[in-house]
Amino acid sequence: MATADVEKKAEITKKEEKPVAEKITVGHVHMSGCTGCLVSLADNYDGLLTILDKYADLVYGLTLADVRHIPKMDVALVEGSVCIQDKISVEEIRETREKAAVVVAVGGCACYGNITRFSRGGQPNQPQHESFLPVGDLIKVDVYIPGCAPCPQLIRNVCVMAYLLLKGNQEQQELAKKYLTPLMQLADRGTEACGCDLMIDVVNQGLCMGCGSCAAACPVRAITHEYGKPNVNREMCIKCGACYAQCPRSFFNFDVITEFEGISELINGALQ
Amino acid sequence: MGTELGKYKACVSARSTNKEILKRSQDGGIVTQLFAYALEEGIIDGAIVAGPGDEPYRPRPFIATTVDELMSARGTRYNISPNVSWIKEATRSYGLDKVGIVGTPCQMQAVRKGQLYPFGWRDVDDKIALAIGIFCMENFPYQSIKQLVEDHAGVSMQSVKKMDIGKGKFWVYTERGATVQLPLKVTHKYEQPGCHVCLDYVANLADVSTGSVGSPDGWSTVFVRTKNGDDIWGKAIAAGCFETKPIDQVKPGLELVSKLANEKINKNQKTVEGRATFGVDKALRNPYIKP
Ligand SMILES: Cc1cc2nc3c(=O)[nH]c(=O)nc-3n(C[C@H](O)[C@H](O)[C@H](O)COP(=O)(O)OP(=O)(O)OC[C@H]3O[C@@H](n4cnc5c(N)ncnc54)[C@H](O)[C@@H]3O)c2cc1C
Ligand code: SF4
Ligand code: SF4
Ligand code: SF4
Repeated sequence: MATADVEKKAEITKKEEKPVAEKITVGHVHMSGCTGCLVSLADNYDGLLTILDKYADLVYGLTLADVRHIPKMDVALVEGSVCIQDKISVEEIRETREKAAVVVAVGGCACYGNITRFSRGGQPNQPQHESFLPVGDLIKVDVYIPGCAPCPQLIRNVCVMAYLLLKGNQEQQELAKKYLTPLMQLADRGTEACGCDLMIDVVNQGLCMGCGSCAAACPVRAITHEYGKPNVNREMCIKCGACYAQCPRSFFNFDVITEFEGISELINGALQ
Repeated sequence: MGTELGKYKACVSARSTNKEILKRSQDGGIVTQLFAYALEEGIIDGAIVAGPGDEPYRPRPFIATTVDELMSARGTRYNISPNVSWIKEATRSYGLDKVGIVGTPCQMQAVRKGQLYPFGWRDVDDKIALAIGIFCMENFPYQSIKQLVEDHAGVSMQSVKKMDIGKGKFWVYTERGATVQLPLKVTHKYEQPGCHVCLDYVANLADVSTGSVGSPDGWSTVFVRTKNGDDIWGKAIAAGCFETKPIDQVKPGLELVSKLANEKINKNQKTVEGRATFGVDKALRNPYIKP
């Protein structure tokens, strides 16, 4: 989804909300995931408290906020894939799209299915729950945070940038837009990921330069390098999408990354 | 001179004051000296470097936690060393809180992308304490280097003492004192394809970056880039680690660096653009536009 759309939607929610504190409203929507993504969010420790204190009100979250139905919110952080045999999940994900201005798929399961791609059902006490789809197969997703578990620091960065996009001054909005763009493009790219992406979209495309970022990103150590090129053990790959997203030759946005020093300072400053 | 050299706070010609380092360093021993200083001062707990691997001149990235280990990694190995692959392990299995890393410009890009967009690099972003970049025109697969050295230069890999690219040639020096040179015309086709879309020559995103170009033999050109780099470099100078000369007082100087940087960037920019019309109404992917 184009950044312009996000802004438009953001404006709509802004209008509908009462003009209290300049905070954004955020919800954590739990689909079929292991809660590792939520733990990752919490692993920002003091940073999370600062975010909740200064920038975001948590308006929904099974374990965190005492709200039963999905309320209107600026940003929905969705964890987990959707079991299409589970009516409630399907309803909730549809409702999330209606109620949230920006839908962020947090973690490999929400983005790509991840480990739930391997499910064939048969688990008590709902053995018939066998089909799990990435969120993007049922609703339009705006921003992707791949990885298993997704890194606390990336979730933090996205939260800060989402705040700047919705509540910042013009310069901050520009920066946030630029920062979030590749994560929106990842969302547009599709709902399938695998270590094979390194072959198909990097090596086969003549783009790999052997940096090793992909191997460092893999949570299950499925990637080694043979003479400088990635070698994926496909039996081990859980399809989390971290390696391809991490690869500097999947995307490299000079306008953002060249400013790494200033942006890191800005994010750290925001969390003081 | 414009953006081709990246942002920097200072640029000097320098070399290590440690004769032991200079015996086997590629150029002025900047990388090994700066890491050794940072290690001894506790600025880093260890550094990811390209050490000797299973075959002659095949690099193996590893985490050096002693000066001896840093010394074993001196010198340029002109083939791919995935140094960044250790960046998370350094903070985990090795438990380092302050990590040093040396790498080519693309590897510095990888490090900075990983700091701003840590998809799989949990708890790494604030542990990168010193990123040293080395200039890079191109790199080679190991088999390319082997073919160049053994088939074109007629030297066995075991007997190579040093390889170098400079003054428009690929140089092979043997342990017995022989020197063989190949024109770069010969080496070009063996380059790693991924290098042909690379738009950085002097490691613009490093804390400190260095290479031979611009400085006299045995000396290095050094760009001090970030606040962090400036801080560490300043302390190392104060500690007497380096001799320096102002860059405008050495030959060939910054102009040559700038010229080569522009040549590389312009050539590769054309390659990137050419990918858009590579097939018939079919493009190759452009990582600078989208994933
Ligand atoms: C592929 C390649 C191309 C280069 N092209 C140029 C060029 O066009 N112009 C120029 O001026 N300089 C170039 N350099 C840099 C130059 O050859 C020296 O590495 C640099 O000047 C550092 O020398 P030094 O004496 O300071 O380092 P030293 O003290 O000798 O240490 C060198 C360090 O580099 C690391 N290293 C060696 N090989 C690799 C590798 N393949 N990948 C990552 N790290 C490695 C070692 O681990 C060691 O720590 C290139 C280097 C490489 C690896
Ligand atoms: S991360 Fe580096 S080594 Fe891995 S596929 Fe991308 S360019 Fe190649
Ligand atoms: S290879 Fe590793 S990082 Fe890549 S998708 Fe598979 S599990 Fe994830
Ligand atoms: S030319 Fe660029 S891509 Fe190739 S090794 Fe050097 S820095 Fe990396």
